Amino acid sequence: MEWLMWFSKPENTKPLALIIFFVTFIGIVIYVYGSKKRSAKLESYRDIPFLDDQPGDQDGTKDKQ
Amino acid sequence: MAVTTYSGTERYNFDIVKKFAVMSLVWAVVGMFVGVYIASELAWPLLNFDSPYFSFGRFRPVHTTTVIFGFGGSALFATSYYVVQRTCQTRLISDGMASFTFWGWMAIIVLADISYVLGYTQSREYAEMEWPIDILIEVVWVTYLILFVGTIMRRKQPHIYVANWFYLSFILATALLHTFNNLAMPIDLFSMKSYSLFAGTQDAMTQWWYGHNAVGFFLTAAFLGMMYYFVPKQAGRPIYSYRLSIVHFWALSFMYMWVGAHHLHWTALPDWTSSLAAAFSILLLMPSWGGMINGIMTLSGAWDKLRTDPIMRFMIVALSFYGMSTFEGPMMSLKEVNALSHYTDWTVGHVHSGALGWVAMISFGSLYHMMPKLWDTKIYSQKLVEAHFWLATIGIVLYIVAMWISGITQGLMWRSFDEFGNLQYSFVESVVEMMPFYAMRAIGGMFFLTGTVLMTVNMLMTIRQGKRESAALDARLAAKMAHA
Repeated sequence: MEWLMWFSKPENTKPLALIIFFVTFIGIVIYVYGSKKRSAKLESYRDIPFLDDQPGDQDGTKDKQ
Repeated sequence: MAVTTYSGTERYNFDIVKKFAVMSLVWAVVGMFVGVYIASELAWPLLNFDSPYFSFGRFRPVHTTTVIFGFGGSALFATSYYVVQRTCQTRLISDGMASFTFWGWMAIIVLADISYVLGYTQSREYAEMEWPIDILIEVVWVTYLILFVGTIMRRKQPHIYVANWFYLSFILATALLHTFNNLAMPIDLFSMKSYSLFAGTQDAMTQWWYGHNAVGFFLTAAFLGMMYYFVPKQAGRPIYSYRLSIVHFWALSFMYMWVGAHHLHWTALPDWTSSLAAAFSILLLMPSWGGMINGIMTLSGAWDKLRTDPIMRFMIVALSFYGMSTFEGPMMSLKEVNALSHYTDWTVGHVHSGALGWVAMISFGSLYHMMPKLWDTKIYSQKLVEAHFWLATIGIVLYIVAMWISGITQGLMWRSFDEFGNLQYSFVESVVEMMPFYAMRAIGGMFFLTGTVLMTVNMLMTIRQGKRESAALDARLAAKMAHA
């Protein structure tokens, strides 16, 4: 269990945390913007709020009938 | 993507949404009235009536609890139940659990308010409720979490829309914050009094870890969930960039957790802790503004709506205040600026530019959009919406400007020294200087409260109109059936 002591030193854990968080963030950015195909797929989710609309729902003139 | 058609109330549980929406307006009026009252107490101290029951110290948590958890919380319950059902295209998994969250949450607000007036408080900002109420919150909140996650798991839409991510992060983070901030030992099973498990600096650190994340997750992430659904719906066009919303979500959720210690600059807290919090506060500017730009740019190509649609105006002004207060916050987290601003009214003004400008305005816009749809009718009066918008905007500007002047004056007076190195002003001299600005703040609050009362009347009339139309339709249908 001696190796666990390595994590108790801030001079070790600070750069480690920096690397983990930075790599994760870059990973998210690459995932989101890295591929045209995936970008198009992600952008298609923008329409979800409109998928269960009925005619007239947008302008508030929905016919009760 | 699964595309299904909307088929009304049987498909969704809108009853619970209606209950929370109405109560959010009731709590808004009550909470803002108490806010105006305590602001007036500071300007005209005779309103304290020399009674502990009317004192600022007891009414202040009544105000904060009622507006944050009563008004804001009810608006979040209402909109999250509405959004999760419509974007997942499925009904809430349990009507009973939904109903329990409603009655439980209402009981919490009432019990908390009564207990404060009677003098019971654990003196933790935005978490003043004593331990029996904290346990009730825990039970209601876990039910809310199960209900929300269960509904998402039952979705018919394969993708979870980003608004639900924000709502879920708010529910999860609030559960975590509430639990750890309220770890306490009651002095007796039949006593309201308890003592925190933490002591000294650790206690302050836990309090502000909770306090700022309550701002971050309850008052920001959750209302961003509202924004990501209702701004596109009201604008009639999808969100500007879905990819930006993903980066916005992860960056915001990650960074907020670190910034609480900026409330404890120049205290017994280790210096590196508050410096770290300041660094993350500055970094937060980027996701915050990314989200603001994403919301505002949704209107790209339809800016004319700002002229013609007062509901859209509520939402865009809300986003503008979001941008402004998320610029002001990081600036105030800088140690040098904080040395001037801390303990002054500037902080109070900053909180209200976020709470009134962002939280209340986006809630008003969303409720104006949602409530007529729930009762299947149109808004009773567009003119009242217009009047509300201007009253609210003027009220906020009066409030913030008064607090800026008052706060910076306080800060400068408190740090002034004479030629002998003594403090130049006594504390009471700074209080005397504040009086005109306290009156100005109270008047700003009155403007804002008047707008909220107008909205409540407008929405109650809208509900009555919807019910009448529905009854008339039923009668016509019954007559047709009888003739057939």
